[in-house]
Amino acid sequence: MSPPASSEPAGAPAAPTYGGRLLASVGQIATIVGYEGRKLRHDPTELLLRAIQPALWLVVFGSVFSEIHAIPTGSLSYLEFLTPGVLAQSVLFIAIFYGIASIRERELGIIIKFLVSPTPRMILVGGKALSASLRGLSQAVVVLLLAVALSVHLHLTPLTVAGVIVAVVLGSALFSTLSMVIASLVRTQERFLGIGQLLTMPLFFASNAIYPLSIMPPWLRPFALFNPLTYLVDALRNLVLPAGTAMFPLALDLGVLFAATLGLITLCAALYPRMAQ
Amino acid sequence: MDQLSRQFGTFTAVDRLSFQVGADQVFGLIGPNGAGKTTTIKMLTTLIAPSSGRARVAGYDVSGTPAEVRRRIGYVPQLISADAQVTGFENLWVVAGLHGIPRAERRPRIHEALELLGLRPVADVLVRNYSGGMIRRLEIASALLHRPEVLFLDEPTVGLDPVAREAVWEQIEQLRSRTAIVLTTHYMEEADRLCGRVGVLHRGHLVAAGSPAELKASLGRPAVTLQDVFLHYAGEEVELGGAYREAGRTRRVAARLE
Repeated sequence: MSPPASSEPAGAPAAPTYGGRLLASVGQIATIVGYEGRKLRHDPTELLLRAIQPALWLVVFGSVFSEIHAIPTGSLSYLEFLTPGVLAQSVLFIAIFYGIASIRERELGIIIKFLVSPTPRMILVGGKALSASLRGLSQAVVVLLLAVALSVHLHLTPLTVAGVIVAVVLGSALFSTLSMVIASLVRTQERFLGIGQLLTMPLFFASNAIYPLSIMPPWLRPFALFNPLTYLVDALRNLVLPAGTAMFPLALDLGVLFAATLGLITLCAALYPRMAQ
Repeated sequence: MDQLSRQFGTFTAVDRLSFQVGADQVFGLIGPNGAGKTTTIKMLTTLIAPSSGRARVAGYDVSGTPAEVRRRIGYVPQLISADAQVTGFENLWVVAGLHGIPRAERRPRIHEALELLGLRPVADVLVRNYSGGMIRRLEIASALLHRPEVLFLDEPTVGLDPVAREAVWEQIEQLRSRTAIVLTTHYMEEADRLCGRVGVLHRGHLVAAGSPAELKASLGRPAVTLQDVFLHYAGEEVELGGAYREAGRTRRVAARLE
């Protein structure tokens, strides 16, 4: 005998209250993120391959430029200066192609399963963005372990590590949502890859990831200040490097990242249903 | 559904379509490739917006209250929507979560749906190792998890071999008592066997509607099949019709089902 509550006719849980809706949304986001986690567990090849690039940047590029002292980084060693930059860069690189997963899901028809469910579009996109953060976090683990192995002096306490996690989650969500916006607009792999390639290098080089803004040509600096990657790098420098080495206060960095992410999620929620066509 | 239309650019895919489906009915939309079947289903499942006209599904307007409609429908698209990278159980787990089925209820509901479609033994097998018929049944299971009032099946047996097709037909026959069903097909024997009412769609127009028997009688000739009805109303476009894109998709579905 089942209790009357569970034998209601339709499975649709009508939750008109604000709290009920919030709870339902949290459950839906957890489902989407959990799904990504299961997929990564079934096939972690991508994550392992993705660990190679940041390793090359730190071990080869970082070591060489540390030796020749080509880039002025004040009291910091170049490797210390570079580590947050490489972390931010690997978050950017893994997130900016996240939209290809949406295009693949569209081509395989999987995306229909999401769009035909009663999950609000904002929640769908937000859940996907947080799923991308799982990948970003895996990069953070790799970069931080490498940095420790190379005995780079980073200020790592439970509090700063928690801060790094927040910054990496925000950064991944931001760039993966940007990626999904592009994917929703172009909808084919070929066009998407072209635009992705076109975007990656300018975002990377017009930022403070591998050199300080002060040595940039003046015409490039305004672009760097518009570039969200700059704020991700700066947030990470705020967290793991000694005080006074970042450009802006941490709250400003995280605020910019949060506002940009929210804006992009809103935009993407409006565009994402195009993927059903 | 009243005067429903959808244009893509200057091309009118569905032109002022009107029909009704009762709560205990299996309604079949038949027509050649490119007749507007999938477009109609996508409008009814809120995936694309109608250019004009109105449609109500399970009592709710598809344009005004799409979220309410989505709560009450199940949809098995023409393209496979199951994810081959995870197991059958995990596929259903996601759908259950997206539909907000409470955690405690998810496992029993999923097992119930898998049992119903005869997939319980392969619940923990990766879907990439399923056969075509199993994938279709998994998708039907997934569309039933939240106990929908209306189930939409878009060409449910395309690309399946005769044995798998027979199995899917038997499952659909079993479901008739649980939910209203709207299905599209271009296999006439499928419509004849499963549908209480059939609408013939041709270039976006509903050119005939009725029970298979009524449609056959309407030709006024002896010994007609639904295939004859179809040819009579849709002309000779059965083989010729269909856009390149749709043909490509059908092939891809067939390839994935191998």
